[in-house]
Amino acid sequence: MTWVLANLGLIWARTLDHVVLSLPPIVICFVIAVPLGWFARRYRVSRGIILTGAGLLYAVPSLPLIFVLPAVIGTSLLSPVNVIIALTLYGIALMVRVVADGLDSVDADVRQSASAMGYSTWSRFWQVELPLSGPVLLAGMRVVAVSTVSLVTVGAVIGVQSLGSLFTDGFQRGIQAEIIAGLVATVALALLFDGALVLAGRVLMPWTRRVAPPKPSVPLEVSAA
Amino acid sequence: MNLFASAIAWILDPANYVGLNAIPLRIGQHLVFSLVTLVFASAIAIPLGYLIGHTGRGRGLAVTTSGGLRAIPTLGLLTLVALWVGIGVVAPYVALTVLAIPPILAGAYTGFEAIDRRTIDAARAVGMSELQIVRKVELPLGLPLLIGGLRSATLQVIATATLAAYVADLGLGRYLFSGLKTRDYAEMLGGSILVILLALALEGIFALIQRFVVPRGVSGRPGTAPKLRTGSSAAAR
Repeated sequence: MTWVLANLGLIWARTLDHVVLSLPPIVICFVIAVPLGWFARRYRVSRGIILTGAGLLYAVPSLPLIFVLPAVIGTSLLSPVNVIIALTLYGIALMVRVVADGLDSVDADVRQSASAMGYSTWSRFWQVELPLSGPVLLAGMRVVAVSTVSLVTVGAVIGVQSLGSLFTDGFQRGIQAEIIAGLVATVALALLFDGALVLAGRVLMPWTRRVAPPKPSVPLEVSAA
Repeated sequence: MNLFASAIAWILDPANYVGLNAIPLRIGQHLVFSLVTLVFASAIAIPLGYLIGHTGRGRGLAVTTSGGLRAIPTLGLLTLVALWVGIGVVAPYVALTVLAIPPILAGAYTGFEAIDRRTIDAARAVGMSELQIVRKVELPLGLPLLIGGLRSATLQVIATATLAAYVADLGLGRYLFSGLKTRDYAEMLGGSILVILLALALEGIFALIQRFVVPRGVSGRPGTAPKLRTGSSAAAR
């Protein structure tokens, strides 16, 4: 406890680093996964290709991916960009399937009614299908947010600073309190992101407030490390 | 592309096939370590998951614990346990067993839950004992989802075993960390490629197993129409 009190500044600085690394992947993966998921659902062939690709990408362990990325995109090994891109890729891999499943969950009758009322494919997507698949998307994004916050820590072993640095530093210097502080702060940050998503869901989807949330149709176990 | 060429040259270099740091030896360590961890985790999670799935009790607790465990960063758990028990293989075994339990547990109880209640009632009605129901009805019908859980756990363990090299002289992760120390990018990249290939190979093997364990007479995947999507996609990711 004394270590924590003496190093509040350090913990706060690492928390900010952590937010900077984890927020972009969460946002970017959603923006990319929505059109990709739509496309995956649209054609039988694209569904097979995109969902299989996403499954394989998801199977790639994160630490080796962070090592491989610099060779592919030409960044320096220690660049935080590698961590951000790696986590964005995992987010996309997970969310593409969720988006496809979410769009599938929209009742065919509702879709046809919307077309009969004169919605174009474009406006039907934005005003009918996307909002109705919202609860499924939210469930998926909650998984993405929590696992992203947890995975950012992996970058610490190659020197990308985050709350994970408290683990590596605490381990090397034998300070147990530092590791525990890092664990608590990481879990707290994950819960904070999760809570923010739930809140956003309530604001954006007022019609879901009284209904029990749907079971997420996503793989709930995320390959860690 | 030059970088990849040097990484492949590193993988093929005969010098990396002798001694205590030989590639086949490291792959073997990685696999044995992962297998033992999975056996430990299964020994705890499968009976517990079957108990929860059969009785329907304790489900809420299992869901909350699994969800909570997902938020815990692996590296934190690994380093903390390593500080407690010292550098060596014990810490990775403990930390990874803990991490592998939730997906296997979830696979075990959702496998039982996805079964049509009428099937189980029918089994009871024809006079099967509870143990027979578990053994002859629930177990085979729930197997595809259990394998799905084992698949998630395996991927997670293979991935985390790489990280375990941070606290122990173990597996393919060693190449990543020793390469990092000596700034030998060919070694880091070569090691990374090996881990990725290993993970993808196991993913492929599990995809095949999952297809073969669906019992005869069950069309496609378990569960009824609306649940089919949830169950099968969670299992097959």
